[in-house]
Amino acid sequence: MSVIAVLILFSILVAGGFLIAFIWAVKSGQYDDKYTPSVRMLFDDKDQKNFKENNKKNNS
Amino acid sequence: MTLSKQILQDTNLVCYHCGEISPSDSIRMDEKIFCCEGCKIVYEILNEKNLCTYYDLNETPGKAQKNTLLKNKYAYLDDEELTNKLLDFSDGKVSTVTFFIPQMHCSSCIWLLENLFKVDSNILQSRVNFIEKKLSVSFQSTKISLRKVVEILAYIGYEPQISFEDVEKKSKTFVNKKLYYKVGLAGFGFGNIMLLSFPEYLSIDISSESLRTTFSYVIFLLSLPLFFYCGSEYFVSAFKGLRKKFVNIDVPISIGIFTLFTKSVFEIFAHGNPGFMDSLAGLIFFLLLGKIFQNKTYDMLNFERNYKSFFPISVTVKKMGEENVIPLSQLTTGTRIVVRNGELIPADSILFSGEGNIDYSFVTGESAPVGKVIGEMIYAGGRQAGSSIELEVLKEVSQSYLTQLWNNFQTKRTSDFSYTGAANEFSKYFTFAVLVIAATAYLFWMNIDGNIAINAFITVLIVACPCALALSTPFTLGNTLRIFGKNEFYIKNIRVLEDMAKIDTIIWDKTGTLTQAGETEISFVDGLLLSEEATWVRSIVRNSNHPLSKKIYSALEGREILKVENFTEIIGQGITGEVAGQKVKIGGESFFNLKTSEVKGRKNVEIFSPPLSSEVYVSINEELKGKFKIQNKYRMEAASVIKEIRKKHDSYILSGDNETERKYLVNLFEDEAKVLLRQSPLDKLNFVKKLQSNKKKVLMFGDGLNDAGALAESNVGISVSEDILNFTPASDAILNAEMLKKIPTFLNFTADSLKIIYTSFGVSILYNLVGFYFAVQGLLSPLFSAVLMPLSSISVVIFTTVTTTFLAKRKGLL
Repeated sequence: MSVIAVLILFSILVAGGFLIAFIWAVKSGQYDDKYTPSVRMLFDDKDQKNFKENNKKNNS
Repeated sequence: MTLSKQILQDTNLVCYHCGEISPSDSIRMDEKIFCCEGCKIVYEILNEKNLCTYYDLNETPGKAQKNTLLKNKYAYLDDEELTNKLLDFSDGKVSTVTFFIPQMHCSSCIWLLENLFKVDSNILQSRVNFIEKKLSVSFQSTKISLRKVVEILAYIGYEPQISFEDVEKKSKTFVNKKLYYKVGLAGFGFGNIMLLSFPEYLSIDISSESLRTTFSYVIFLLSLPLFFYCGSEYFVSAFKGLRKKFVNIDVPISIGIFTLFTKSVFEIFAHGNPGFMDSLAGLIFFLLLGKIFQNKTYDMLNFERNYKSFFPISVTVKKMGEENVIPLSQLTTGTRIVVRNGELIPADSILFSGEGNIDYSFVTGESAPVGKVIGEMIYAGGRQAGSSIELEVLKEVSQSYLTQLWNNFQTKRTSDFSYTGAANEFSKYFTFAVLVIAATAYLFWMNIDGNIAINAFITVLIVACPCALALSTPFTLGNTLRIFGKNEFYIKNIRVLEDMAKIDTIIWDKTGTLTQAGETEISFVDGLLLSEEATWVRSIVRNSNHPLSKKIYSALEGREILKVENFTEIIGQGITGEVAGQKVKIGGESFFNLKTSEVKGRKNVEIFSPPLSSEVYVSINEELKGKFKIQNKYRMEAASVIKEIRKKHDSYILSGDNETERKYLVNLFEDEAKVLLRQSPLDKLNFVKKLQSNKKKVLMFGDGLNDAGALAESNVGISVSEDILNFTPASDAILNAEMLKKIPTFLNFTADSLKIIYTSFGVSILYNLVGFYFAVQGLLSPLFSAVLMPLSSISVVIFTTVTTTFLAKRKGLL
């Protein structure tokens, strides 16, 4: 039965890890701006190649 | 698709940068059309730096660049003391600064602003906070000055707004973060305690007694931070309330939390079972969630603006022919200052040289400029339109008429959040009733069994914890706040909504609120202007820079321009000239020596207020032909909205304007006494006070700073603005002027929200009654409470959010 006690304590430890992760996230400002990152992640360094092709199409 | 876009742009002459219709196709580059040189320049810069992805992400993402940047506009940023105040951080090599950039509006903006380092390699990094419309930039301060950074931003069309307030103080609240910590911790505790209580729920017979006690002790440890950290604010608030002899909603909550905790601690240590800790954790978790939900804030808006956020941080001073830039705070009386086109007049002063043409739009909401001649007094708060002027400062910034008005208004009621609202009103009776029930149960059982008596007493207090009651307000009104926000009606906090539901009187400001700023109607009255004569008039007014001339010019669109001879302009009076051999004279009443009927008596009342309808007389060959009447246009919906509102609420109109429109307004309000004209800012304030002393609950719509006092004094002050990010006086809510037509819906919906709250009070009382039924018998088991309490919370949350959303959809708000 004591194995359950170990499991329980372990599960609380894991949950505590998540709690710490959450507190870290709040502290580092991830909850300050909940919108911009969602847009930012959609721009990647848009390949200049792609962009030039677009330009050509526009010009023709 | 790209091809059709091309055609569209070609045929409609849409500016590639900003999307406005271009007046001609003369401004071109790379086969793209621009509406003005400004837009083209931005395109040129971006093209050169290979940043045209900007245009790929969104079509026409820019804002029109018609106002060209003045060369010296940011000269004040060379002042080291000032820049140090603006910087967030600097170690001598790298500096970080945060700007407020209201122009940001789309993903292209984010993209471009975060790629600033491509525009200038000395900029290291830039980060956008889109919601707050803020950009923080770090740059190498040894290689590039702050001024240059600001100028780069201005060149690419994102001119930061830097105001007096930025320099004065920098503060950012961390309240919100604390709430997140608390919710995180409460969620953690709630989850784990539930998990550990599972054996109890399922009545699993745990054979090993030691395991059971271990579980209980772990639960106890988990509950400590919940009780002492997460729950602490309820005790503080309840205590504060009681000290002021007020039973707010936090009182019964605190009683509930406290009894839950002590009872459970007793159970844990005396019997080794976990007691009610799971209910406690759930309760605190839901309550905190409600707090997060109601704290919907609009970070990019500022409800507490004072004059400082409107004023520039520096002024150009002219001393012995030399121009210097000094911080505004150092401005003293007697100083000669230079105010250029588009700049704000920071202090009451006398016009020394140049042609004053003052736009008081954010004082009055009226954008037609007021002409001023040399020697005339100019009040602070106006913006010069036209060539630059020199002024001599009469009063210091803090002593000026406008700032004085502000300072007088600082007495804004500071009603404490925890003493208003339906839930708080209700809690008085609730707490009392609960205590009576608990005491009765105790007395009843005392003669039978002392143990049961205590048990019944405690369990009544536990079930009575008004979690559902406390949740209904934040969830209903928080949702309403969000719904209104989607309709561009931004409310400061949920208390304002509760106040709004109790409104019985509505006051309208006219200029800028009911009328459309900048939009005018021009008609020719008291005579007739022949087509030929109109051509002459247009040719003449073309030569004048006066705003009224410009308006007449554009009103007579399409006529050819003839050559004008002997053109003269007498500033503040009128213009004359000869066209096709005809002597044409155009100007105001005084120019024609007409009887001045309305000119007199325009003292303090109307210092900021230009005549609503400007009249411009025209004579040809000394024969008076009639006059142009240039009137403010009422918003299209204004009349119907007022009619609608008048059905339910007493409505008044307060305006600083003169009598010209009395007839129209009386017709609209159907009562002579409800139209009050020639009101000074102070009159408006006093009128609100008078209504309130008659026990009226006043809501006021206003826009300019001249309404600021009355807005602050009203129970609910709403500022109506075309551009919500700019120029709104301190208020409880900000409404986009476009949404004026929805005002009746907003008011109705607020009333409905309150009804929803009362209904959910009923629901939660029902739960309480069920709980009481068991509690008074001393039968409340921990399991029963662990089910009942979260159930009541969740059902109230679901009921309130679903009904508000449903109603909003039906009313067309979603």
